[in-house]
Amino acid sequence: MECIRLEYDVDGNNFSSAGNASDSVKRTLKQLGVSPASVRRVAIAMYEGEINMVIHAHGGRAEVEIYPDYIDIYLKDSGPGIADIDLAMKAGYSTATENIRSLGFGAGMGLPNMKKYSDEMKIDSTVGVGTTVFLRVKF
Amino acid sequence: MTIREVVKLLDAEILCGEEHLDTEIHTACGSDMMSDVLAYVKDQSVLLTGLLNPQVVRTAEMMDMLCIVFVRGKRPEQPVIDLAEEKGIVLLSTEKRLFVACGILYTHGLGG
Ligand SMILES: Nc1ncnc2c1ncn2[C@@H]1O[C@H](COP(=O)(O)OP(=O)(O)O)[C@@H](O)[C@H]1O
Ligand SMILES: [Mg+2]
Repeated sequence: MECIRLEYDVDGNNFSSAGNASDSVKRTLKQLGVSPASVRRVAIAMYEGEINMVIHAHGGRAEVEIYPDYIDIYLKDSGPGIADIDLAMKAGYSTATENIRSLGFGAGMGLPNMKKYSDEMKIDSTVGVGTTVFLRVKF
Repeated sequence: MTIREVVKLLDAEILCGEEHLDTEIHTACGSDMMSDVLAYVKDQSVLLTGLLNPQVVRTAEMMDMLCIVFVRGKRPEQPVIDLAEEKGIVLLSTEKRLFVACGILYTHGLGG
């Protein structure tokens, strides 16, 4: 099936630019005429994932495939990995530093929020190798 | 109420988005945790915050919010203002503290 593919480098050294990829995807979906409610679900889920790559994994890559009825998002990083995924998924669990918290992030709500706003979510992670988060959001 | 009324009630300075002041708003939220805004906020159109970094504008943009009020007389740096301008988000700055600013808007009919 025809799909629109988008790819982004997510800079792990630049907190200010975090969200660029999600913002671009949001704009693309809007232009394609996807409903505002669906656009917002995608935007929030992807933005949380993008922020995670920046604050927990020194950045990475975002690969996006847009189909007529859904979007697939792969967030790939070569960061430290997640040792206990069930624990990481718990609301309120966070290893974020005080510095990150002073920037307004690190409440431990990102992964639960991504789960909430996506229709499918899968985390593949190996400690010392990296993490890939897959998100599918149906329109 | 309109954003223009928010400006008046909070005696706020307009940092950008002058052309959107007549937009109607019904709800607001106040927080210094963008994580909480992303997790708990539903359809609020105004964000009051003491944080100044660009992710405040990003968060508002992802949530389709229309206006950000910086409290305690804070003003973000120009790139943050430029980003908001680009996104069509109104930025205001008020001398009032977060609790007080929220209280004033709530008392005048803005919902949570
Ligand atoms: N891409 C990632 N690489 C490594 N660890 C991660 C990644 N994403 C999330 N984590 C881990 O999972 C925890 C929970 O993530 P999240 O729910 O987004 O909360 P927060 O980002 O606020 O800490 C993080 O504190 C971190 O330990
Ligand atoms: Mg997070």
